[in-house]
Amino acid sequence: MSGNTEKGQFDNKVVSWVDERLPIFTMLSKEYGVFPTPKNFNYFWNFGAIAMAMLSIMILTGIFLAMNYTAHADEAFNSVERITRDVNYGWLLRYLHMNGASFFFIAVYIHIGRGLFYGSYKGPRELLWIFGVLIFLLMMGTAFMGYTLPWSQMSGWGATVITNLFSAIPIVGDSIHTLLIGGFTVDNPTLNRFFALHYLLPFVIVAVVFLHVWALHVTGSNNPLGIEPKSKKDTLPFHPYYTSKDVFGLSVFLLFYLWVVFFHPLALSHADHFKPFDSMVTPEHIVPEWYFLPFYAILKSFTADLVIPFTGIILVEAKLLGVLAMFGSIGLLFVLPWLDSSPVRSATFRPIYKICLFLLLISMLVLGYTGSQPAEGWVVVAAQITTAYYFIHFLVILPLLGKIERTKPLPKSINESVLAKKEGK
Amino acid sequence: MMKIRKLFSVFIVLAFLSPVASHAAKSTEELPNIPWGFQKVFSTYDRPALQRGFQVYKEVCAGCHGLDKVAYRNLSGLGYNPDEIKAIAAEYTVIDGPNDEGEMFERAAVPADRFVSPFPNDNAARASNGGALPPDLSLIIKARTNGPNYLFGLLTGYAEEAPAGEELLDGQYWNKYFPGHKISMAPPLSDGLITYSDGTEATVEMATRDVVEFLAWASEPTMEARKQMGVKVLLFLFFLSVLLYIVKRRVWRDVH
Repeated sequence: MSGNTEKGQFDNKVVSWVDERLPIFTMLSKEYGVFPTPKNFNYFWNFGAIAMAMLSIMILTGIFLAMNYTAHADEAFNSVERITRDVNYGWLLRYLHMNGASFFFIAVYIHIGRGLFYGSYKGPRELLWIFGVLIFLLMMGTAFMGYTLPWSQMSGWGATVITNLFSAIPIVGDSIHTLLIGGFTVDNPTLNRFFALHYLLPFVIVAVVFLHVWALHVTGSNNPLGIEPKSKKDTLPFHPYYTSKDVFGLSVFLLFYLWVVFFHPLALSHADHFKPFDSMVTPEHIVPEWYFLPFYAILKSFTADLVIPFTGIILVEAKLLGVLAMFGSIGLLFVLPWLDSSPVRSATFRPIYKICLFLLLISMLVLGYTGSQPAEGWVVVAAQITTAYYFIHFLVILPLLGKIERTKPLPKSINESVLAKKEGK
Repeated sequence: MMKIRKLFSVFIVLAFLSPVASHAAKSTEELPNIPWGFQKVFSTYDRPALQRGFQVYKEVCAGCHGLDKVAYRNLSGLGYNPDEIKAIAAEYTVIDGPNDEGEMFERAAVPADRFVSPFPNDNAARASNGGALPPDLSLIIKARTNGPNYLFGLLTGYAEEAPAGEELLDGQYWNKYFPGHKISMAPPLSDGLITYSDGTEATVEMATRDVVEFLAWASEPTMEARKQMGVKVLLFLFFLSVLLYIVKRRVWRDVH
């Protein structure tokens, strides 16, 4: 690729021939060769590419796992064991896939956190952000269904608990519940439909990732200063600058991921994942994977029904409140671009927002911890306080803060700021 | 600002309290904490211990507990050669068939067979164990939190009799580490119960350690292959990362 953006201008004749008929090389050159990218990215900007790599790893290992997996309630548990014991490198496929989910979420959480800190969701990137939230939601569905496939105690009971949530919806709840699990209890039809969907959804994710990247290439990337590039001085061509940086970042990320895969593959797993599902024996306490824990804690933190005072008439049951709050906590992210009233993007220039965001991070960590614990005593209180903060942050602080916060002065251009930093050294 | 600081300090306090709280919530006995060799990062299984542990399983546990995810051929991982494995398998009978006449028949097990279970089905197992089902041991180490230490504790944690005020039913025993303490498995091991073929003295502790090592292998027979590959992969990736960093620095030299 020589940085051509005109159709058919390639040295290689075959490439030119193809390009004149389908300008795919021109497109690649334009979007990944010369694509102007702000020159001041920090390493947090690596995680989009890393997430993309993880998605590819998940799809590849998943296809090979599916070749050896049997989606039947009587066979699934043993077929997964057979994969780890008898299939050539089956243990590697399984550990790459199960830990890959965790590391995919790690990458995506850092990617989302970076978006929140540097205001990447603000105009003109609202649609880009919304596609991102949609990917996150699809990932959650895919991961949950993947969790049920080994048909272990944790799988079956996890599926029971999560699908039960839908029965809290008034009027249509029970029908939705029956439709989801394919019967009255979690059984073989549940496993079959979850397997089908677990295989389908990743490709839906790929499609939305395509839209996400497309939207990104229309607006261009945000950057740590949160100001738009003004001249050529502010940007660098994507290749070789960001290809070399992304590849290096990915390599370091893979070091962490593969360290866990090869030396601590069960560190994020649970003993109940190695007992076959038994619908007559409930595990002592059912927990989802770590990446769902904050949302699980929000769900569990609603312990009282919403009633009309002094009448005892129940308006909304606690269970439904929890379900609404859990879905609402992610639903809020869709409208985040319109909740935040500040015109300044980067938290670097927003001293109070920075503190609020730090509190949000702490809240998520506390929620994550409380989600993993049995709901009793101070755990419930801590979850309730942090749940409250989560919603206050998005619904109260963000709309108001933009109106009262005094932000620091923005630099004139990216280039100026980079040069000033260099001289400061 | 002050309010935010205060709120923040509350969170910090909560974060520090959490391990204390969860610790206090545990009512069961603290498990023994044995530095198992196979749990170290680069370690392998101890072959002699595996073979002794297999002997313990074969002579004691196998009376009631199956190991249905392990095949006799897998015993090569314990250091047995093909002839030894054939001989071990031949000690067991499996039901095969139907043959050309449509009859099921019995034959000696071969290395390709899975370990023969002591009972034909769960109900038979329950019937001869006073209603309790002896679990299959293929995954027992992974299927219990802190598996190796739990199993070690369970096998060595029997009390002579239940503490005052606790009633045991017929066929129940008091165990320090079993959830609920009332276990239907009689203390399986005693000093000198087994005569190790390698001459090691078979105390309860020794036999327990060995059988835990063996069952850890049974639940994860691919551990050694995994760690060996892991070392190569991580070394490669480490040097690749260094090279990629140098490339990145070179590319960016004119910008920085």
